[in-house]
Amino acid sequence: MSDKTNYQVAVIGSGPGGYVAAIRAAQLGLDTVCIERAELGGICLNWGCIPTKALLRSAEILELFHRAKEFGLKVENVSHDFAAIVKRSRDISNKINKGVGFLLRKNNIDHIAGSARLAGGGKIEIELTDGSGKRTISADHIIVGTGARAKSLPGVELDDKHIIEYRRAMTLPEQPKSLLVIGAGAIGVEFASFYRALGTEVTIVEYLDRVVPNEDEEISAELARAYKKRGIKLMTGHGVKSATPKGDGVEVVIEPKDGGEAVTLSVEKVLVAVGVTGNVEDIGLEDIGVEVERGFIKVDENLRTAAEGVYAIGDVIGPPALAHVASAEAVFAAEHIAGQNPHPIPYDAIPACTYCHPEIASVGLTEAQAKAEDIEIKVGRFPFRPLGKTMAAGEYPGQVKLIWRADNGALVGAHMIGPAVTDLIAEMTLAKTTEVNADSLIYTVHAHPTFAEAIKEAAEDAYGHAIHI
Amino acid sequence: MAQIIGLPKLSPTMEEGVLVKWTKQEGDTIEPGDLIAEVETDKANMDFNIEDDGVILKLLVDEGATVKLGAPVAIIGESGEDIADLIAEAEAQASGKGGGDQQAADGVTPIDKASKKSEPVNPLRRIEKDSAKDSGKGGDKGGDKRPAAPAPASQGGRILASPLAKTLAVELDISLRGVEGSGPGGRIVERDVRAAAESGGARAQGPALASGVDQAAIDAQTPENPDDYSDEPLSNMRKRIAQRLTAAKQSIPHIYLTRSFEASALLAYRKRLNELMGDRGKISVNDLIIKAVAVALRRVPECNAAFIGDAIRAHKRIHVGVAVAIPDGLVTPVVRDADQKGIGAIGAEIRDLAGRARDRRLKVHEIQGSTFTVSNLGMFGIDHFEAIINPPEAGILAVGTVSDQPVVKAGKVVAGKVMRLTMSCDHRVIDGALGARYLSELVELLENPDALAL
Repeated sequence: MSDKTNYQVAVIGSGPGGYVAAIRAAQLGLDTVCIERAELGGICLNWGCIPTKALLRSAEILELFHRAKEFGLKVENVSHDFAAIVKRSRDISNKINKGVGFLLRKNNIDHIAGSARLAGGGKIEIELTDGSGKRTISADHIIVGTGARAKSLPGVELDDKHIIEYRRAMTLPEQPKSLLVIGAGAIGVEFASFYRALGTEVTIVEYLDRVVPNEDEEISAELARAYKKRGIKLMTGHGVKSATPKGDGVEVVIEPKDGGEAVTLSVEKVLVAVGVTGNVEDIGLEDIGVEVERGFIKVDENLRTAAEGVYAIGDVIGPPALAHVASAEAVFAAEHIAGQNPHPIPYDAIPACTYCHPEIASVGLTEAQAKAEDIEIKVGRFPFRPLGKTMAAGEYPGQVKLIWRADNGALVGAHMIGPAVTDLIAEMTLAKTTEVNADSLIYTVHAHPTFAEAIKEAAEDAYGHAIHI
Repeated sequence: MAQIIGLPKLSPTMEEGVLVKWTKQEGDTIEPGDLIAEVETDKANMDFNIEDDGVILKLLVDEGATVKLGAPVAIIGESGEDIADLIAEAEAQASGKGGGDQQAADGVTPIDKASKKSEPVNPLRRIEKDSAKDSGKGGDKGGDKRPAAPAPASQGGRILASPLAKTLAVELDISLRGVEGSGPGGRIVERDVRAAAESGGARAQGPALASGVDQAAIDAQTPENPDDYSDEPLSNMRKRIAQRLTAAKQSIPHIYLTRSFEASALLAYRKRLNELMGDRGKISVNDLIIKAVAVALRRVPECNAAFIGDAIRAHKRIHVGVAVAIPDGLVTPVVRDADQKGIGAIGAEIRDLAGRARDRRLKVHEIQGSTFTVSNLGMFGIDHFEAIINPPEAGILAVGTVSDQPVVKAGKVVAGKVMRLTMSCDHRVIDGALGARYLSELVELLENPDALAL
């Protein structure tokens, strides 16, 4: 480890915000250090996006094995090894976080393993992870990308054993027989999907009236249908009053939010997935004048905090807590520091993907949001069901719903549920960011047979010309 | 083989036209040069002459319909040809679905595709391709419309703009040329077009109509009761007038020079000429003024000029435009080589042009190419006014009425006939002194009209 003490840029955190900021800063010729208290790569690589996708892939293959007969295959005695599934997921995370270390070295970025604390005047005190003591460095510019962590509910205390958050949920030593998920957002429905595929009895409790409440209502309805079919019990419009460890499980008291009789369920595990809160504690933010509001750092339009020379990016500045947003903000902050004039981040065109089965992806406004903003819209829909690709693949049904401005065909929002939609959303994100309107999308020839045909057909449907429906 | 005929460009500025009347019907045999329809453009009613021969197999547009430039209007070919495909294609183009609906499903084999490509393309397709290259202006109409219209000629390099920006530019009547792009790579995006529209589209060279309007002021003045007013949509001609005059008044530095002259001699001269003409017609004061304007331009040729950006163009021939009021607008038919023509010939020509202008029967060449314009409101009793220059000309003469006024002749106040002339000059071409010299030559001629015969 180098013992240098002065840097042009110090990045705190090495998630998809931090490590990207460090690399971009280094690419721009800035002398950069990246400080990380845990694994390189942050939550995304180690405890979020990547390992969960690995788990879900195992689940997907298992489900296909169960359907082997449908495809003319003979597979007998299908079973799974939960520990091996978890191990594969961990192996992938370990491999990928080594990749981050390689990228930092390749870009001549110093990596300091330790917990950083802002000491003012560009100084950062670091408590080294290896226990060898403290080290102080200073930097002209500091980028805070410390991320976020799961929050809990009153009456529901995380014990990392029976009442757990996502991190434990992906490394349980044994598969639970029953699981109650609190919160039907992306994390909740993904774990529900995974565990249900393995045969766990899954119940989702969601306070709002529908699952994936950030998505378009039609998407929520379609997911609810699919989940009920998969045997996942949905309790929307319900709140968890308490969850108490009892014996080998948890006793959970659930109340309808509009009043009515509470029910008590006994389950083996409770997963709390009710959102995240910023990692703003113990890094000296308040001492140097960085403003923190409701658990997140406040920044201006250039991602600068109230403290001179200190930027903040990613989950720690608030929702949407998405890796790709953090990365975009990372590049922006680094370029701004380097004196460039980066393009503002298109916050109205941020794709969101949920890897439950069926998958969900969206960009832009939902129909309800568009109506709330008094935008006159044209809506086009197309189900995947009639597509040749869907039939051949034997995939779940689902649909593409596209919302356009009635007057000029500008894309307002795209909402998809079904096969491959987390990849398909890229087309609509490009459309939104680069202002491709309905006419241009319709004009674009889509390959056959693909799931992407549903996009073109949905665009045509808005104008009354879908072919295959 | 049969082909689709698109609406041709019948005036240099038209973007759409109203198909007023079909003069040929389905089944009629046509030859190159045949008149097949009358089309109302932004300028006048124009003849639509066909350049092909064959039989009209299908008329695709009803009389009275508004048709975009290049949009299909008819199918011609040989008698008995199967044109079902062409009709479908034309309908697709007209409804703006174009290639979209032809999207191959499973069935199209590579051979089909190859033969499709090698088929002779009809003129319309060619137009579409050309316009696609000029992605700058109007290439993509967006909305429900397929780009069937050829884009106006590109004046420079390629314009990078998002499809939405292009759609909006058409909607808001903003020229993308001159709009600064704020998107990645300098690409013009929605907000740039909206900003250009709000700032009056200052740099938009062409249509700046919508931008010449203060929407907030209009909204503030709009009566609450919709029965208290009515909004009449602009006719093509009115749109064009609004665009051109707004652009001219905003972009040309006008100066105005006024001279009065004693018109007794001119009136006496006219009387004499009319006596000579007898039944063969009448000479008007305006005819004399047109002639005098042309002769004066010959004497002061610096005023027969145009500002063309990086040069001043001196015209060697003198073509005088004559503003003619017609229902819902005005046109300026052109008396060519007016300095060379006799007064009687000029008079006859103006009466023919004015008559056909009111019937909207002028041809494009009859309203194009003037080098100087005369606008006369004398017959409406106007003493004096200032006209807006008809670009790219350098001057326009506004002619007032003849009024009885006391004048001083040889030290005595006597009854006189006074007319006032006001010349609007493009100061980039005509300075005050030059304009004054021109007016003085003109007044000299009008006060001694016998010289007009020389």
